[in-house]
Amino acid sequence: MKLAGARILLECLKQEGVDTVFGYPGGTVINIYDELYSFPDIRHILPRHEQAGVHAADGYARASGKVGVAIATSGPGATNTVTGIATAYMDSIPLVVITGQVPTALIGNDAFQEVDIIGITRPCTKHNFLVKNVRELAGIVKKAFYIARTGRPGPVLIDLPKDVQVAVAEFRYPEKVDLRGYKPTIEGHPKQIEKAAAMLLAAKKPVIYVGGGTILGNAAAELRELAETLHAPVTTTLMGLGAFPEDSPLSLGLLGMHGTYYANMAVTNCDLLVAVGARFDDRVTGKIAAFAPHAKIIHVDVDPTSIKKNVRVDLPIVGMVNDVLSQLLKVIEDRGDAVESFRTAVKPWLAEIDGWKARHPLTFVESSKVIKPQAVIRKLRELSRPDAIIATDVGQHQMWTAQYFSFTRPRTLLSSGGLGTMGYGLPAAMGAQAAFPERQVIAICGDGGFQMNLQEIATLVQNRLPVKICIMNNNYLGMVRQWQELFFGKRYSQTVLDLPIDFVKLAEAFGAVGFVAAKPSEVEETIRKGFAAPGPVIMEFKIAREEKVLPMVPAGASLDEMVLAS
Amino acid sequence: MRHTIAVLVENEFGVLSRVAGLFSGRGFNIDSLSVAPTNDEDMSRMTIVTRGDEQILEQITKHLNKLIDIIKVIDFTDETAIEREMALIKVTAEDAARAEVLRIVDIFRAKVIDTTPKSFTVEVTGAPSKIDAILDLLRPLGLKELVRTGSVAIGRGAKGWKG
Repeated sequence: MKLAGARILLECLKQEGVDTVFGYPGGTVINIYDELYSFPDIRHILPRHEQAGVHAADGYARASGKVGVAIATSGPGATNTVTGIATAYMDSIPLVVITGQVPTALIGNDAFQEVDIIGITRPCTKHNFLVKNVRELAGIVKKAFYIARTGRPGPVLIDLPKDVQVAVAEFRYPEKVDLRGYKPTIEGHPKQIEKAAAMLLAAKKPVIYVGGGTILGNAAAELRELAETLHAPVTTTLMGLGAFPEDSPLSLGLLGMHGTYYANMAVTNCDLLVAVGARFDDRVTGKIAAFAPHAKIIHVDVDPTSIKKNVRVDLPIVGMVNDVLSQLLKVIEDRGDAVESFRTAVKPWLAEIDGWKARHPLTFVESSKVIKPQAVIRKLRELSRPDAIIATDVGQHQMWTAQYFSFTRPRTLLSSGGLGTMGYGLPAAMGAQAAFPERQVIAICGDGGFQMNLQEIATLVQNRLPVKICIMNNNYLGMVRQWQELFFGKRYSQTVLDLPIDFVKLAEAFGAVGFVAAKPSEVEETIRKGFAAPGPVIMEFKIAREEKVLPMVPAGASLDEMVLAS
Repeated sequence: MRHTIAVLVENEFGVLSRVAGLFSGRGFNIDSLSVAPTNDEDMSRMTIVTRGDEQILEQITKHLNKLIDIIKVIDFTDETAIEREMALIKVTAEDAARAEVLRIVDIFRAKVIDTTPKSFTVEVTGAPSKIDAILDLLRPLGLKELVRTGSVAIGRGAKGWKG
């Protein structure tokens, strides 16, 4: 049967099991939108900005593990997706973004709403496609989903000219993908894994350093078994939070710039660092030359380019994290005696770490006069459901969430780690809520980032997505202000947001509800009311204005040069 | 260190800009790059001359391999490959200099492909070092214009290299 391109596209999405798309109509995608009537199983959510649409698809993907799908029209619709795509690219999130394009005959003519989105997104997509012929369309969609979700996942863009959407072709969805230039390594090399087991069992001061790849690679269970079998301590990056339960005694929490004292001391003093799905970002390593100076490094990653990119590695293992860890577990479990003696050998190391934990726990000065943001985060953890999904924006509130929320399950923290995109939190929460209508989804935002995508409250209300939005309001762009306080002599250039916005009225204007807590005594009640309200809610917390995120490793310093208290 | 990398790519539009963008985006150097279709018209082959230490070269080859449209990458570092480049050189040639230019052309087994009373245009092929050498000799005589193709490289021996 011959079908038009627009219809073929939607048939392909159906074949891929897509149940939700986030999209914004426009001149060059109008044919797709017209065909949408014939696809009742595909839920279309209309954000109020294409950037938010892509962030929502990203939040959907992070929370569910499925490929997120977004649609935008050509020109400004397409350029608006770029921040969302770059955000997903930096954090390796599987997305398929479909943009309309002017008809092929007009490409290159500076036509109305024409932009070279293929050129623009080349450096921030895993791959992108311009569809020039309707006969190629089904094959390209198949490839796009395959590329997006396999290997190191990432966003893939399909640019679909309007005439290709109109043209007809025989529709047949390919069963298999054969890309001769793309064969991701799935299985870790057994010899390397043997070596890794030997290095691990010989270590006296091991640390497992876990990144987002462990969550993307669905390896949290294997990681936990490995750590608990060996009694090996685990620290996670921001992206790795949730991969290992933070209530475990083996958890060191977050490492890096705003990591715990004990995680950073453990990494600095360890004799073996096992990096699992992590990429040694500068926010994690601090000064490279002083990073894990006494350690041999094992690096497990599905992406060979992550290995030896910025640190020396003694033993690289390329492969899917869950495959490598389960192979490693098998090898280790076959050596019961060695495991026993390993556990004995690491006892002094665990005791040393406990000493660091006791000396400098993660702490802040409590107050009965002003609301401390850390206390709000702790209260949110206490009152939220165990499987609640948290999305954050970027800045101080993000780091307080990372430090104090105590994540215990994978895919419960959605945060823009690599790109650091303000405005991410609210739309990402929206996407996660669309994926899991029954779960509790909480967006934790600063007053700055919230205002970058606040229009999405309309989308929440319209689509009955009961996201709970918590605004940590200090009337500052707090993280930059903190740097200005510490490094620029308190010159708060352009970081003061001195307009007293009434967030309750704002919520009401959209048909949502709002609550505000101005004193510590009002925090719990505000959260309880917010959680109990049926629809989307804004909870504003007027927090201590100049509270800082601590500890802090100044940019470029080594991990043991932490500023612990103000 | 100078490296010559051969890259087999899908013969699709945009591949060149993906490769060029990779080099510029990550701050890798390109000394020269040449590209044309192979005997299999679905594939093109690039020869890229770059430089960097071992760690950078490892990153370059890994990143090239990571591009979806790239089928195969070979880093020719050792004596396993033959490298050739062509140059077209326009040189001033009047009076006695004309004979001198022709002598140099002869020594390098180059060819005169165009001539006027005041100039010769010379075609020369060889290893990049040979091109450098003829240029050193022609330059004092008055080099007016130079165009080089950049290196192309192929492995030694009977074995062919395909996707």
